[in-house]
Order: sequence, then C-alpha cells, then structure tokens
Amino acid sequence: MILIVAEYSGGKLAKSTLEMVAAAHASGREGPLTALVLGQGVASIADEVAPYVDQVLVGDDARLASYNPELWAAATAQIASEGEAHTVFVAGSRAGREFSARVAVKLDAPLLEDVISLEGAGSALRAQRYTYLARVTETVEADAPVLIVSVKPGAFPAAEPQATAGEQYDVDLELPASRVRITGKTVEKSSRVPLAEADVVVTGGRGVGSPERFAELIETLADNIGAGVGATRAVVDAGWRPYSEQVGQTGKTVAPQAYIAVGVSGAVQHMSGMGKSKYIVAVNKDPEAPIFKVADYGIVGDLNVIVPALIEATRR
Amino acid sequence: MKILTLVRQVPDGEARIRIQNGAVDLEGATLVIDGMDEYGVEEALRLREGGADAEVVAVGVGPKRTEDALRTALAMGADRAIHVEADGALDPVTLSKVIAQIAQEEGADLILVGSQQADWDSQALGPATAERLGWPQLTWTNQLSLEGQTLKGRHDVDEGNESFEVDLPAVIGTQQGLNEPRYPTLPNIMKAKKKELRKDDLGKYGVSGARVRTVESTIQVRQRMNKLIDGKDPQQAASELLNLLRNEAKVNL
Repeated sequence: MILIVAEYSGGKLAKSTLEMVAAAHASGREGPLTALVLGQGVASIADEVAPYVDQVLVGDDARLASYNPELWAAATAQIASEGEAHTVFVAGSRAGREFSARVAVKLDAPLLEDVISLEGAGSALRAQRYTYLARVTETVEADAPVLIVSVKPGAFPAAEPQATAGEQYDVDLELPASRVRITGKTVEKSSRVPLAEADVVVTGGRGVGSPERFAELIETLADNIGAGVGATRAVVDAGWRPYSEQVGQTGKTVAPQAYIAVGVSGAVQHMSGMGKSKYIVAVNKDPEAPIFKVADYGIVGDLNVIVPALIEATRR
Repeated sequence: MKILTLVRQVPDGEARIRIQNGAVDLEGATLVIDGMDEYGVEEALRLREGGADAEVVAVGVGPKRTEDALRTALAMGADRAIHVEADGALDPVTLSKVIAQIAQEEGADLILVGSQQADWDSQALGPATAERLGWPQLTWTNQLSLEGQTLKGRHDVDEGNESFEVDLPAVIGTQQGLNEPRYPTLPNIMKAKKKELRKDDLGKYGVSGARVRTVESTIQVRQRMNKLIDGKDPQQAASELLNLLRNEAKVNL
C-alpha cells in the first residue's frame, strides 16, 4: 500500500495533505492509497481526508495530543510495517521533514526529501528537488522495498476527491515515552491565509523603515488583495515581525502565483525561499537592487508613495 | 561530557555554482563551514565556557578539502577534530550511520548540527542521527542552556515556537539567532595547526555508498520578464502594475 501521513493545522486538513495525494498519483506507485491520521480527537480530520483516498487509518490517542517527532515516527513506522507499505509520503513541513528522517532510519529506507516532482521508474522512484539554496535542481533516484518521500509544499496541485470516500479504521499504536518536555508554546496566529498556502504573498524588507510602517503599508496592502504577509530575515532579526513570517533559507519557502517584494534588496538567502514564485514583483527605489534581476514586474520608486497608491487602487 | 559538533563544507552563499557534465562542480568556488553548523561550533564552545566540563570534538565527513572547515572549527576553539575522508556522494540518512558510530565510540553526550545543510538543502541529518542512537532531537533551536544533565531551550516549529527541556544525551539542530559565531584570531589559527585532526577511513563504518543516487543536476534559470515601471507618478505606476498582474500574469487580485 501507499501510506500518506495526513497533515492538519488548527483542526483543519492542510493543503499539503491533498498535495501529497497528488504526488502519490504522480509517482505511479500501485496499491491502495491509505491516509494515516495521528492525533487526539481527529475524527473530523479523518472525515475530511476520506474522499481523497481508498482508506483512512485513524490513530486517535491521548499521547498524540500534540506533535512529537519520536511518537509520529514510531506510529508511522509501525503502520507502514503492519500494512506492508512500499511508499510513505510525509509533508515537507518542518515537522514532516523532521520525523520522516526518523521513519527512514526505522524502516531502513532511503529518503527522497522535499521533492518537487516524482516519476516511477520500474521498482525505483525518481524525483526532482532543489539543492544549493534552491539554485540547483537535482534529479535523484532510489530503489528499495520501502521508500520514504517528503513533498515540498506547493509543488504539486491539490488532488480532487474520488468518486467514493475511503473506509475508516481505528488502529492501536505502540508508542514510546517521549523524552522531550515541552514547557511552553507560542502559536503565532494570524487571521490571514497561511504563508505557505497563500496564492499571493506581500513581503516587506528593511527598506520599509519601521514596524509601524510595516503594519501600515505591507499588512494593509496584503489585506486588500487577500495575500499572506512575509518578511525578510533582517526585519525578523530587528524584531519588527515574528519569525513565522520569515521567508528564506532559514525561514519558510514559498512559491505563490505572485510574490510582491517591497523594500527587499534580494540577498541569495532570501531568494532561496521565494525564487520559485510564478511571478515576482519588486518595489524598490534602488534600480540596482539584485531583486530586480529576478523580477517579472518592478516599480523603481519610493515605496512610501508607491505602496499607498497600490493600497488606494486595491481598496475594497 | 563530550560534545560533537558536525561540520559540513559548503559553497559560500554568494559563490557561483557551475554545472559540469550534469553535476555540480565546486572547482574554484569559495568553500566555508556551513553557516548553520557554525552556530553549533559556537554553541559548543559557549557551553564549555559556561562551566560545562566538556570536550568539544568537531566531526567532518567529506573529501580532503573538508579539512579546511575542520581547521576553522579548531581555530574557533574546538579541542580536536575527526575527519572521515569520503569522496563519493553520501545522502544524509546514510551519513547519519557514520555519525552515530562516531558518537558511540566517543561516548558523546550531545551532538550539535545545523538544522539544514546549504549544499543538500536537507533537514534530515540531525533527526536521522538521533534515531540511529535512540536519542531525542530538537531541531531549529535558537536558545539553549545546560543545567546539570538537562538542556533547556527554545526552538521554532511550523506554527511558532516551543520551550523545551530534555535530558542528555540528545541531538540539537542549530540555526540563526542561537548565537553570534566568533571569528578565529590569528594566534588561535596558529594554535589550531597543532591540534589533533584524526583521519578516518569511510570503509571502517560499513558504509558503501549513497542509497539515494543523484542522476543529474541542472541550473534552470527561469527567464523573468524584467518589466520595469517608472515610479515617478505613483498612481500611474500602481495602476499599470495591477493591470499587468491581472491581465498579463492572470493573478486573481
């Protein structure tokens, strides 16, 4: 069977789960498509994913009330072994890339990490992925009885539901005791569309000037056009914006339809997080800024007058 | 206690990447310690300076030139280094086999490793090493302290951040914000030349090759349209941009 570890957030199935389903279809691998839902009180997640797969295995367990890499890896490896899965799909989120590596070791399986395309090649699987700060596209291949694949967010289109919803089954899990104690958690909530799922992203750089101007210009423009908000590392380091908004090598990777970079110079580390956006827009007063070299559309001018004009023109 | 700090040698972020015969060719590129690993070296030194009775061992697996990155770690203050010479490509999960064996032989209590490697763009090495050792791991750590045998810290997760406590042994993934790595001073660079840098053979670790094979590498430079709009008249520029986005790029705004 093909096993997909469902990802969800805030009680809702994440887009990444449907992207994994699409990746599984693209892989040409055979066997029933099975979703594994791990957590506590996840009946609604199981219902949400059921239309997209042949069956749903539900591991509802109090010990899984919050994500933990050791527990998620143990549960995934157990179900993959019991169900004789030959391919295991995990989301390419931070959590997914973390526990998928542990699953690979547990099952003595090669890991195709953060893939952007997949192709079956006999018993092998061939994938493409980005390397060298997303400057190189690498084609990799692995051939083994079990393969683990993490799927880069946004690389595959979300799958469509099937004609009939998959049956649901409860599973019993043998879980280890976690050795990590989580003593506090800060969830950076936003009413906006999550950065990794946004079709349009507006990102502000140091050139925006201050946290107040950031809110006034970047947030307002983003809200007017229904976009997610991003920030550069310099802005996050300066404490203007939360880390969860950081785009780049050490932050999030995004590939929206349109990426609007305001007051962003375009350092390599930043480009590695947004360079695969379909259309890149830059607003910067410095015509020599590196961001213009990768931009489809650019406005050379003072963002303090350009952005208000954009806000005015998009006011709803 | 013993701290292993893993060091990978990667091209500098600004270095030009060349492809030769379908493979990345680093000939002539400026190579440095991976920035995320450098936070790990620095953190190991700070734990030692903070009073932990610790030996800091830098470990590198890679071709002969990896020695340069290890010498940098020694010049920063690591006590000694282990270099496992490996010319062929290894994937991170396979490499974790080597690291786990070194950790066992050395009786390590703590492994520090960059949360993502700038050559592979992989996040697997830390977690895979931890799994092989049966240890817990925390990735994307940006705050760390040691109290007795307990590490306390904070790390980033998908939705924000978490404070954690974990007893040694453990693997910690490092990243920006954890510290400011020091520059090696000239006297320390001189001293580093005399420090032990042990050479090991990959064959000793029972690893024959990568299980994920690289078939081809390419640089696909997407042609961007580079349509520049003069911003002298902001209203005009704004409406021109929105027009292009809506009608040419067909973005739903």
